[in-house]
Amino acid sequence: MLKKIFSKSYFYGGLGVFLVFSAAPFYIMLITMFKRSHDLFGPTNNPFWLNEAPTLEHLDLLFNQTLFPRFLLNTFLVGLAVVVITVLLAVPAAISLARLAGRWGESVGIGIFLTYLIPPTLLFIPLSRVVSFLGLQNSLWSLVLVYPTFTVPFCTWLLMSFFKSIPKDIEEQALVDGCSRIGAMARVLLPLSVPGIITVVVFSFTLVAHEYIYALSFIQDSANKTIGIGMTTELVRGDVFYWGALMGGALIASIPVAVLYTIFLDRIISGMTMSDVRR
Amino acid sequence: MRMPRLFERETVLAPLMLVPVALYMLLLVGFPFLMAFVYSFSNVTVGNPEFHMTGFGNFSAVLRDPVFLKSLLNTCIFTFTSIGLVLVLSNMLTELLMREFRFKWLIRFLIMLPWTAPIALGTIGYLWFLDSVFSPLDWLLRSWGLLGKPQALLGPMSNLYWLGRPGLAMASVIVVHIWRLLPLATMIRIAGMNSIPREVIEAAQVDGAGYYRRLFHIVLPLLLPVISVTVLFSTLFTFTDMTVVWVLTKGGPPDNSTQVLASLAFLKGIQGGDLAQGAAVSLFFFPVLAGLAAVVLRLAKKAVVT
Amino acid sequence: MANVQLAGIKKHFEGVKAVDGIDLEIADGEFLVLLGPSGSGKTTLMRLVAGLEKPTGGHIVIDGAVVNDLPPRDRGIAMVFQSYALYPHKTVFGNISFPLTVEGMPREDIKKKVAWAAGLLGIGHLLDRMPAHVSGGERQRVAIARALVRRPKVLLMDEPLSNLDAKVRHTAREELKLFQREINVTTIYVTHDQAEAMGLGDRIAVMHEGTIRQIGTPDSIYNDPANMFVAGFVGIPPMNFMEQDGMIVGFRPEALLPAEALPDKDCMRLRLLVERVEDLGSHRLVYGTIGKDKVIANHSLRLNLPEGEEHEFAVCSQEVRRFDPKTGVRVRP
Repeated sequence: MLKKIFSKSYFYGGLGVFLVFSAAPFYIMLITMFKRSHDLFGPTNNPFWLNEAPTLEHLDLLFNQTLFPRFLLNTFLVGLAVVVITVLLAVPAAISLARLAGRWGESVGIGIFLTYLIPPTLLFIPLSRVVSFLGLQNSLWSLVLVYPTFTVPFCTWLLMSFFKSIPKDIEEQALVDGCSRIGAMARVLLPLSVPGIITVVVFSFTLVAHEYIYALSFIQDSANKTIGIGMTTELVRGDVFYWGALMGGALIASIPVAVLYTIFLDRIISGMTMSDVRR
Repeated sequence: MRMPRLFERETVLAPLMLVPVALYMLLLVGFPFLMAFVYSFSNVTVGNPEFHMTGFGNFSAVLRDPVFLKSLLNTCIFTFTSIGLVLVLSNMLTELLMREFRFKWLIRFLIMLPWTAPIALGTIGYLWFLDSVFSPLDWLLRSWGLLGKPQALLGPMSNLYWLGRPGLAMASVIVVHIWRLLPLATMIRIAGMNSIPREVIEAAQVDGAGYYRRLFHIVLPLLLPVISVTVLFSTLFTFTDMTVVWVLTKGGPPDNSTQVLASLAFLKGIQGGDLAQGAAVSLFFFPVLAGLAAVVLRLAKKAVVT
Repeated sequence: MANVQLAGIKKHFEGVKAVDGIDLEIADGEFLVLLGPSGSGKTTLMRLVAGLEKPTGGHIVIDGAVVNDLPPRDRGIAMVFQSYALYPHKTVFGNISFPLTVEGMPREDIKKKVAWAAGLLGIGHLLDRMPAHVSGGERQRVAIARALVRRPKVLLMDEPLSNLDAKVRHTAREELKLFQREINVTTIYVTHDQAEAMGLGDRIAVMHEGTIRQIGTPDSIYNDPANMFVAGFVGIPPMNFMEQDGMIVGFRPEALLPAEALPDKDCMRLRLLVERVEDLGSHRLVYGTIGKDKVIANHSLRLNLPEGEEHEFAVCSQEVRRFDPKTGVRVRP
């Protein structure tokens, strides 16, 4: 009995330590966001609690006097465009690799997964030349053009194993029932892979919100920045930190992305471990 | 609606559906990848797009540059320390999260936050945490009497200046990397644990194997592919990352004490406009990435066999 | 309704000869069973007829027209897969009506046709359900209804009963035969279950290693096998083989009877060393050796045959089949 209580308290103790470690920065964002400046900048005040009545002054500043809403909009627009491009490119490729391409499909699939390993930090220098050659510096279109380089490989891989998990019989049945090859894909394969496609949509979108290096390299105009670089370059100016607004903005932008990502976490992880994505 | 007969043929349809992706990847990954090589053997800059090949000049210049050597060393220290600690910690966290408890979904959500939230934004929280004046961490240490008193363990000053002192800045960057990677490593580990069939472990139990024998003879060998995947992605995300460094220290304190290869390449190539040297620096990622690719290929082969 | 002709059909997969030169004619309205062990090429042959595989060589003719280059949808065929391949995202009605919807048939006609097919299979009450919510036997009927709703020229079935449990399988077999007769559709049916083959087929084609080893009525396949493979594959337990005078002689277990049962006929007498007796209620199986050959006898006498002792058995000469020991081909007197 005593042993059980012991092991239970160890368990909750351990979990508590990890919880504090993971969530503390977000907790401090939440508190700081509502702190009055006087409270915030008093070195003896408890930084982990509201010592004075909460205030919305920082959020007011954030939404009305900074480009924060613009950053959000930019990120959303780029995300939308990238999602559309990713789905249009990855779905046919994944079907082809899973169903039509036979033995060499396997190798091409692994090849595509390998390109996912080429990091932005290896490509951003030449890509910055490509972008400027196309006259897209400082334009959101540069991100729309380049972001699919990391969404497409992983999403193709994810969808490929998803399509493989759908029995071939069902598609062949559609062929026998009067569909053309493309008809069978559209009428049978796609409706059955809606969960996989939703995963890909969400994953591409969150990756866009996560991206930092390309945005930092290609965009200098404040009005065209996405959320990550916008927050860290526009709201952090030399020694002037709008701490309350900065914390609030980081939290407000993080949570929806994190929620979306978490919903599909299991499927994304099984894509990474190259195991079955069936669920 | 009848499609032309041609579209019924797999040999036509299969390549046709792959062409858009192949073309796109070729133009925006393959071509720039080659360009990175070409640049690194040339004297190209932003201002001077007509370039000449200069052989290994950039590489020898880079290798003689003490900042580069420091960055390379830093990158390795960051990567290996982070991965080592992440592997150990994720093992512990997995044991905890495999259990059932109340509000698990909420706890899980909070523990996954560092990975699921955009890293640049998460790191902003650390900027405040490690601030030179208002650091909540320093406040905590002061209120515990560890800092800011004449005989205090960590010294008499009122602040530790986390991001202002080389050693502490480096430690800070490492901790943020661990903070970020731990959830990913844990999720991969849990997925691996769940994929071990219960019967295998039960069979071992029936065969009379004790906990440690099971761990070393059954669980760990079966988990090996999963652990390699963890190492693979951890390496990829720490070795080539510059976000954490850029947001926290921009490579400083001023003496490049937290400069890494990625941030150095950015400094030289984008901010300094010296494309050739920037490309040369970033090409040092290549051998590591090739190694990672080899791991993936081995894993993929195994996945095909099973 | 249509006849089907296969001429010199071949299908090679990367050096493996799945189907290796098959000539076959199936008459209008005939029920032809392709019987063979797994890997014999029977499913590949059916998929070639369906158009799901392209032949490496030869011609496929349905209703007088060469269909080699036609996709499945233009061949006028319907198919029932072993897994039934019901569309999990469509209701039973949506499944059965799918081939008609694809054709672009008006909604009213679709309803009528689905009602007819569902009535034929007795699943009219299931039309609003999803496939996941109907039983295995019902699923099979849905798959058949979907296959029939278009009134195909040829109906192809790939082991449609193998996913049913043993009890349902028996009645399903019965019904299958009844409605096939009723709508008189040319049918090709693949199975490895010889009871199904014997019970359903007008003719049976026994396949092995990509070729047809014998084709004929169930009676001729069983009683007049053309070679050792067919003789050994068809029949449970399999035919006994012995070497005699440089020939292989074969006789079925039920022809090898204790001598008491065949007192004075024209019979070959054999001494059988009894090793084990299985009493199966209606009949008894005797496992033993004659000389050095292992044999099985199947009789329904009430006899006490002690294990480990010899007993005199007999085979009537009209039951004996002779085969060439080199080629395995039947040698007729």
